[in-house]
Amino acid sequence: MVNITINDIPITAPKNSTIMEAAKTAGIDIPHLCYLKEINEIGACRLCCVEVEGEEKLVPACDNVVQEGMKITTNSPRVRNACRTNLELILSQHDGQCTACTRSGNCQLQKLANDFNLPENSFCKELPAGKAAQWEKDFPLIRDAGKCVKCMRCIQVCDKIQSLGIWDLAGTGSRTRVDVSQGLSISQSDCSQCGQCIVHCPVGALRERNDVDKVLAMLDDPELVTVAHIAPAVRTAWAEHLGIPEDSATVSRLAGALKQAGFDYVFDTSFSADLTIMEEGSEFLEKKTGGELERYPLFTSCCPGWVRFVKSQFPQLVGQLSTAKSPQQMFGAVVKSYFAEKQGIDPEKIRCVSIMPCVAKKGECQLPAMERDGIRDIDGSLTTREALQLLKTVRVHANDTKEIPFDNLLKDYTGAGVIFGATGGVMEAALRSAYYLATGNNPDPDAFKTVRAPRAKDNRPWREAEFDIDGTTVRAAVASGLGNAKKLCEAILRGESHYDFVEVMACPGGCAGGGGQPIHCDDQSRAKDRADILYRLDKNMPVRFSHENQDVQRLYQDYLDKPLSEKAEQLLHTHHCN
Amino acid sequence: MERLKIETPGQEQRAFQDLCADISRRIRVSPMGLCPVDITLNVIRMCHAQSCGKCTPCRVGLGQLAHMLESVLDGDAGIHIIEEIARTARTIIDTADCAIGYEAAKMALNSVTNFRADYISHIQDERCMYGLKHAIPCTAMCPAHVDVPGYIALVKAGRCEDAIRLIRKDNPFPSVCGYVCEHPCEDHCRRRMLDDAVNICGIKRYAADHAGAIDTPVCEAPTGKKVAIVGGGPGGLTTAYFLTLMGHKTVVYEQRPKLGGMLRYGIPDYRLPQDVLDADIQYILNAGVEAVTDTDIGGDISLEDLKKQYDAVYISIGAHADKKLGIEGEDSEGVISAVEMLRNIGEGRIPNLENKRVCVIGGGNVAMDATRTSLRLGASRVTCVYRRRVDDMTALPEEIQEAQMEGAEILPLHAPERIEADEQNRVKTLWAQPQIISQIGADGRPSIRKAEKDLVEIPCDYIIIAIGQAVHLKPFEESGIRAKRGAIQAEQTSFVSGSGNVFAGGDAVSGPATVIRAVAAGKVAADNIDQFLGYCHAIKSDVEVPAPQHTNTPPCGRVNLAGRSIESIQGDFDLVSIGMSSQEMEQECSRCLRCDHFGYGILKGGRNIQW
Repeated sequence: MVNITINDIPITAPKNSTIMEAAKTAGIDIPHLCYLKEINEIGACRLCCVEVEGEEKLVPACDNVVQEGMKITTNSPRVRNACRTNLELILSQHDGQCTACTRSGNCQLQKLANDFNLPENSFCKELPAGKAAQWEKDFPLIRDAGKCVKCMRCIQVCDKIQSLGIWDLAGTGSRTRVDVSQGLSISQSDCSQCGQCIVHCPVGALRERNDVDKVLAMLDDPELVTVAHIAPAVRTAWAEHLGIPEDSATVSRLAGALKQAGFDYVFDTSFSADLTIMEEGSEFLEKKTGGELERYPLFTSCCPGWVRFVKSQFPQLVGQLSTAKSPQQMFGAVVKSYFAEKQGIDPEKIRCVSIMPCVAKKGECQLPAMERDGIRDIDGSLTTREALQLLKTVRVHANDTKEIPFDNLLKDYTGAGVIFGATGGVMEAALRSAYYLATGNNPDPDAFKTVRAPRAKDNRPWREAEFDIDGTTVRAAVASGLGNAKKLCEAILRGESHYDFVEVMACPGGCAGGGGQPIHCDDQSRAKDRADILYRLDKNMPVRFSHENQDVQRLYQDYLDKPLSEKAEQLLHTHHCN
Repeated sequence: MERLKIETPGQEQRAFQDLCADISRRIRVSPMGLCPVDITLNVIRMCHAQSCGKCTPCRVGLGQLAHMLESVLDGDAGIHIIEEIARTARTIIDTADCAIGYEAAKMALNSVTNFRADYISHIQDERCMYGLKHAIPCTAMCPAHVDVPGYIALVKAGRCEDAIRLIRKDNPFPSVCGYVCEHPCEDHCRRRMLDDAVNICGIKRYAADHAGAIDTPVCEAPTGKKVAIVGGGPGGLTTAYFLTLMGHKTVVYEQRPKLGGMLRYGIPDYRLPQDVLDADIQYILNAGVEAVTDTDIGGDISLEDLKKQYDAVYISIGAHADKKLGIEGEDSEGVISAVEMLRNIGEGRIPNLENKRVCVIGGGNVAMDATRTSLRLGASRVTCVYRRRVDDMTALPEEIQEAQMEGAEILPLHAPERIEADEQNRVKTLWAQPQIISQIGADGRPSIRKAEKDLVEIPCDYIIIAIGQAVHLKPFEESGIRAKRGAIQAEQTSFVSGSGNVFAGGDAVSGPATVIRAVAAGKVAADNIDQFLGYCHAIKSDVEVPAPQHTNTPPCGRVNLAGRSIESIQGDFDLVSIGMSSQEMEQECSRCLRCDHFGYGILKGGRNIQW
């Protein structure tokens, strides 16, 4: 511990803590924009510069550690004026059309500008023009160069967390900007579409492609039958900005709101998560017993960010991906076949929209293979944020909406399906059912919870566990975050690690921390808290095994016959060729 | 993981380095008189181009500074912009992460502070206060404003006599300056934009060496006015020469037996042979200057008497007194001042340093003269002890290099602490305190501080102190001439205010400087004394300068003068440097870009045919 003073207040701070951290523990707020703890401590925005006695220049609080006896001032006119001038400089290059910005009211720059009382800016406006300002509007990830504040967080998040290095600085001097690395366009790049850059962007420079209007057009068309299904992780976060207490912020209330917004049918994607378990679990057992996993494991395929990542970074492992479609796609495929048939609806009239915590789902549902006979599995995918935007647009106030049950036929879901939204959840759910499929008996539903543990003891960036299923040892591994996934894949390819079944989710913490989830100005990760909600829901569910989902069982009885049947293969599997 | 590789500069990297070298040479010779706002704008733009773009103040702030500077130049800004520029610059200085940002902003802040009046002029009148005054960089940078392109053209044309005549219009010491001038004319030589400065000094020496005898100039009709010159150094003789040409009677009073001042009593023969000096002085005397030697003003004749006997008096007494170290043991036998030693030699009193160990203290040209002279006097070891680094020595780099080549040892970063003497009070040891180089002061020179090391013992028989010279002010102060900080107080016209009819200039006013500065001061004094006497004479030259020929000027190395090989240094006071060959002279002259013709010089501010 070291003794310092901040604004003459004596403070004892841990050795090696930054001035920013030390101030925070003492309740002193130092403004900042680029700072992202442990990821972006580069002192780029210079808003956090403070006075340190004996130092001629101001010192950025984010990347300087406290030293014994340091006397720091954060509230002098000099500090305030420097911060204001730098804010004005940032604003001079920011397209401040807040009324049209998805981040209005939830923007760190807007808040700082308001806080610092900057009604006028004497600096002249400099906004990017020409090619520097252009973007491929069809790509699921949209970048608005005019709003970028060059905090470099996206670069660092993609480099350090996701290991993809999609973003880089382009140009120097006045023409310095953030752009896709190596001079590529975003569609040429290896972008996984995970959206982690979006949730770490302090302003509205990065966002998902806005599909709200496209979905509204579906709702507005009386000829169409609209179906929405809500992904497990969405229920953990959708009400975060609405001030609804956790016990009231149920998925049923969101379902009610979506119904009110005009969807004819609303379901829970947890249903098709259970279905995925049936297919993927069966596939696993078949491959395991068939000796196909001797060298490399079976990888889960529910996460489209991860699937894109494997395709671009480890093409030699694409064959190891489960052929089971993701719950999003399975849901659409079932709605437009089984459900349509049972309800007597022309599948061509159905528009199936998924509500996802994810940006990559937008890309996934557009993959050419995700259709049957010209009928797309999914017609639109909205992020949690877009779903809330849609509700606002149609003036549905979720706070006042009643909870409703999901619609029949695809209604049932289990705790196993719900935990799909957290890292390790797919593995745990799969193992619960694989055990049953292999032994004919249910295991303790919590028998496999070790895959939830935060990290393996040996400090490897993934978790692993071994389970005995009917005398066979199943070696499982779970990773979230693509940087971690990369290390895991490399270890597997080098032969250092050997597993039978591996779950990967592109976003840290899984879908709960997904790139389509609500964004918070405090830069605190909520993935763990949201995952805890899912695990609590699971614990309280009457049914916690996917194979016990009544509607899934009926689907097999009435339509698909059994997992991996010919029909199931046609509808529910893909080969990741494109 | 990517493997490590040996990094070799590629073609692009080399081209980039060349580009930067070109810029740096160009900036170094920026002509004086350019618009400081415009230069600042473009410097800031260049700094902005150097920004990596990571941090806000540098990436955005430098661009905004450029916008604001541009609005000043375009006349679009209000007066508040000056404070806006300063405020923005201060924030960049305060918060930029690295020197690329904060050093750039410092330049902008210095600019609005130092050139505030010009900013106001741009804002209020949409005009710049400045204009290109230095049309011909070499001529402008020469304190005496000698027509450099003119005489180079004449030398090139084989007209060395005319070249010397042309030089004498502004400087009656062409030979001396050809040998020992510090050549500030070369500092801003436009040729540096291509490669390197023309060796102007070397060309002048060639002209002097090859001119032959030149007819005595014709003086103006006698005016009947009389001017006394106190001090027969380069400054006093220059004033006397020009006043004589103007028709005034001049008498030079010299304390020493011979004329020449520091040229004779300070600069050793191996740099400036006596006959070269004598030639210039003889020409001046031939013009009609009268000289009274061995006469001390203040002693033999009082200043008051001179003031009464003459219409005007010019004091050009130089700076011949020594400065003391102020350390223990300085009064020991064997401790001498460099000026004293060099003067004694000039007067034929040559000390015997044979097989003696000598320490020279100081880092200027006089220290180098003392060092190299000691070697020639047979010293077995000569150590030049200097407080700062070799890089900080004020001596010309070639002087230092030659001293080292001749066998002197340079001991930098050692400050004399005390002098230890033996029982007979003879110098035994110089104790020096090691120093470390430290912060750079307001004068732009790095300071020193004590190194955490023990005192160093340098056994020696003689210690020669060359830490600067002072002016013998006493007799003049007693006669009512005002002095401040060890120098006579004179106006820019060289008039000593309140004195009635006294003028002063040269080292006695400026402190120790160079020959060409003394000549320039003498020229200024002559002009103003002429006016004081009620005249307006002009000094002209009828030499016609050849028109420039169009020649290609591909980058070409500069000819430097070679040094003579010295077999045995003891007793060898012969000239060291070797003048240019005619082949070298031709090449060097052809490097001159003729700024008197090409560029602004042909429009305005070019050749002065008279003053």
